[in-house]
Amino acid sequence: MTDAIQDGPMLAADGRPLKRSLARALRAQKMRALMLIAPLLLFILVTFIAPIVDMLFRSVENQIVSETLPRTVVALEGWDPSAPPDDAVYAALAYDFIAAAERREHTRLGSRLNYETTGISSLFRKTGRGVDDIGEDYADQFIELNEAWEDPATWTALMGSADWNTANSGDVDGAGTLFQLSVAAREAFPEASDAYRSFARTIQAEDDDSPTAEEPWNPVYMALYRDLSAGNGASYDGPMADLIAEAMPAVASFEGMSPREAFEDIDDDWLDLDVWGTIEAFSDPFTAGYFLSSVDLQLTPEGVTAQPEEQRIYLLLFWRTLFMSGVITISCILLGYPIAFLLSNLPTRSSNLLLILVLLPFWTSLLVRTSAWKVLLQQQGVINDILVWIGLVADDSRLALINNQTGTIIAMTHILLPFMILPMFSVMKTIPPSYVRAAKSLGATNFTAFRRVYFPQSIPGIGAGCILVFILAIGYYITPELVGGRTGTFISNRIAYHISSSLNWGLAAALGSILLAVVLVLYWLYDRIVGIDNVKLG
Amino acid sequence: MTSDKAQAFVAFDRVQKSYDGEILVVKDLNLHIARGEFLTMLGPSGSGKTTCLMMLAGFETATHGDITLDGKPINNIPPHKRGIGMVFQNYALFPHMTVGENLSFPLEVRGMGKSAREEKIKRALDMVQMGDFINRRPAQLSGGQQQRIALARALVFEPELVLMDEPLGALDKQLRETLQFEITNLAHELGITTVYVTHDQTEALTMSDRVAVFDDGRIQQLAAPDTLYEEPENSFVAQFIGENNTLQGTVSKLNGDMCEVTLEDGSVIDALPVNVGAVGEKTQVSIRPERVEMDPTRLTEGAHTLKAEVLEFVYMGDIYRTRLRVAGIDDFIIKTRNAPDQRRLAPGESIEIGWRPQDCRALDA
Repeated sequence: MTDAIQDGPMLAADGRPLKRSLARALRAQKMRALMLIAPLLLFILVTFIAPIVDMLFRSVENQIVSETLPRTVVALEGWDPSAPPDDAVYAALAYDFIAAAERREHTRLGSRLNYETTGISSLFRKTGRGVDDIGEDYADQFIELNEAWEDPATWTALMGSADWNTANSGDVDGAGTLFQLSVAAREAFPEASDAYRSFARTIQAEDDDSPTAEEPWNPVYMALYRDLSAGNGASYDGPMADLIAEAMPAVASFEGMSPREAFEDIDDDWLDLDVWGTIEAFSDPFTAGYFLSSVDLQLTPEGVTAQPEEQRIYLLLFWRTLFMSGVITISCILLGYPIAFLLSNLPTRSSNLLLILVLLPFWTSLLVRTSAWKVLLQQQGVINDILVWIGLVADDSRLALINNQTGTIIAMTHILLPFMILPMFSVMKTIPPSYVRAAKSLGATNFTAFRRVYFPQSIPGIGAGCILVFILAIGYYITPELVGGRTGTFISNRIAYHISSSLNWGLAAALGSILLAVVLVLYWLYDRIVGIDNVKLG
Repeated sequence: MTSDKAQAFVAFDRVQKSYDGEILVVKDLNLHIARGEFLTMLGPSGSGKTTCLMMLAGFETATHGDITLDGKPINNIPPHKRGIGMVFQNYALFPHMTVGENLSFPLEVRGMGKSAREEKIKRALDMVQMGDFINRRPAQLSGGQQQRIALARALVFEPELVLMDEPLGALDKQLRETLQFEITNLAHELGITTVYVTHDQTEALTMSDRVAVFDDGRIQQLAAPDTLYEEPENSFVAQFIGENNTLQGTVSKLNGDMCEVTLEDGSVIDALPVNVGAVGEKTQVSIRPERVEMDPTRLTEGAHTLKAEVLEFVYMGDIYRTRLRVAGIDDFIIKTRNAPDQRRLAPGESIEIGWRPQDCRALDA
């Protein structure tokens, strides 16, 4: 046979490599399979995967600081955290802040930074009201010098590019075209031109006003003052050069608050190093801050440090979630194993009936079952009443069975029990009775036959049940929320709190990511120790 | 190899078994098995043979009657204390243990030391020629290999009695024949008493010292294989063991060890009265296909013959199987050896057939 001595890849009858021929033959089949799952795949991608990825991304995303205070973030680079920053930073903050206040974004940032340092939210709100006044003293002095400074046209001529000015001359409806800075102005007045452009574009976007009709914000005057007093624009020869030439020598005699004094005037918290430390620490577009918070650490200018004692809750919650899920899983094994064993050994008729009883809870709403436990477990509830009635418990020392860990464990064990019984049952069903018979005929007692022959073969069912119950328990929310009280809540309750009440979605996302990672690690460990091949659902 | 109650190793004494309190699955079973005997319980499914085995193993309790093992009643002894080796139909090798661990199990539960265990395991595996497979898992073995291991496991703790519940049922024909031979040899070499349950009559005939044919909860006949085949005591056994031609008729003459039976079409044949009482009684006459003679010259003088018409001729290699119409029935089979001088009959041919009276047994109707 020539086939036997042929070297290299096997060839099909037409001389092509066999592998390629096979792949071609199977391609249609694969395409059909893909088409069959395509609708579900698409649905899952859009409604499940994408939102989760987006949510996980939020756990590190932190663009809000650099987007709301872009100039401040740049100016803060190289700041020495031992003293409040210099005037340049405060000036940048003034330009950023007034634009943010105009866009009403400063409160959002305030709440975001408030997660890190309390008090920032109110500081920002207060500053939003007062930032208008920063630079007012300079504005007055410019106008006193020459009334032309009060005229919006002066500013557009000075700052706007020739093309823009041409396009927006005369009566303009609404905002006009997007403001463009002139090259000369940008080179001559770096700070003032930047502040003015920010003003112009903000009012165009927010108020639908044209810069040709609006006097600039007070901080823009301060920016011009700072430029001129720094000697910028000395060689400026564009439009309005005469006004500049007039103002240039005059600014030396201007009096007014420095940017830092202006902010101190609004709130002396602006001299607080913590506030600046927080802004600086969260100025990167990506942050580990949420993750650090999730494990009771915080990002400070000095680096990563532990949260203050009274604010450390997440590690405790994670540990409690894992511990209680473990307890619940073990209770489910202990309660479920004998039932599954009984079910699998009964004749089909009676086992089907009992199986329906096991499945019965699935037909009742989770909320209803949990509420039923509230009725049963409370201090004046059915269980305590019975215990008191039979005299096991004194009336004045009724057991606290709810709104604590006990309540959560009892209620969740009950709710998750079917998830343990079903996989165990379906595995036990497949163990032929002849194994135990064989063991007994070989001389094993009932117990030995169970321990050495039956039990090892039922382990895959226990494994499947454990994974199912543990993973369900670790992310459980409703039941701990309702019966857990203060000490019986899970990390998921905290996540829900951050999603719906505190609106700290970044932290919620970080907590969720950690939970997901923990589950994956446990799954991996389980695979290493028990082997995922050993998990059978039937 | 017969035995009486006094020296019986295993004895069922008036044993009855009912599962539901209404129907008796085993009705009045009396069976004595001698030490070292290979006894097969043969019967169709539902005949009670497996129930008997399970009662002996201890997995079912007898509703009535005594079962004794070596003279001691075992009704109240749990299975693990009976010391009976058992081989199951699906082998029942523990899937989570290796072959060695499977064999070690009965020795461990008996508290045997490690070195003694290893020696016995090795001996048992060598016995079934599976010494190289000690570290395999059952799932890595073929059906025949698994059955050998199951056999070794049932024998490794040296029981005096081994029960086998259709152990070869799941194997293909060739392997089954090899293992039948091996099992019988092993049982005889070791001198162990074996109770073997099967519904395969060939298996029963080739392996056993004695065969108990079960039907309807009773032993229909208990005899050595050749007796069973050649001298069935009732029509069930005659039908169940091997191929058989049956003719319905009435006893018309009865003299000592011979009788004449008048068939339904009026023709008369000679038969051996086995299970008939008096003249005029209905009877079922049974004759083996290979005992039918087509050459009247080979019959004894004066023997009755019957006219037959050839309906079908089947060439089967070693034998010819011919279907005839005889005395009004269409499925009368004869088998002839494929010898050089043997005639091949053609369909439509008319022949005359007969048999020696002692080969034709008049049984219960």
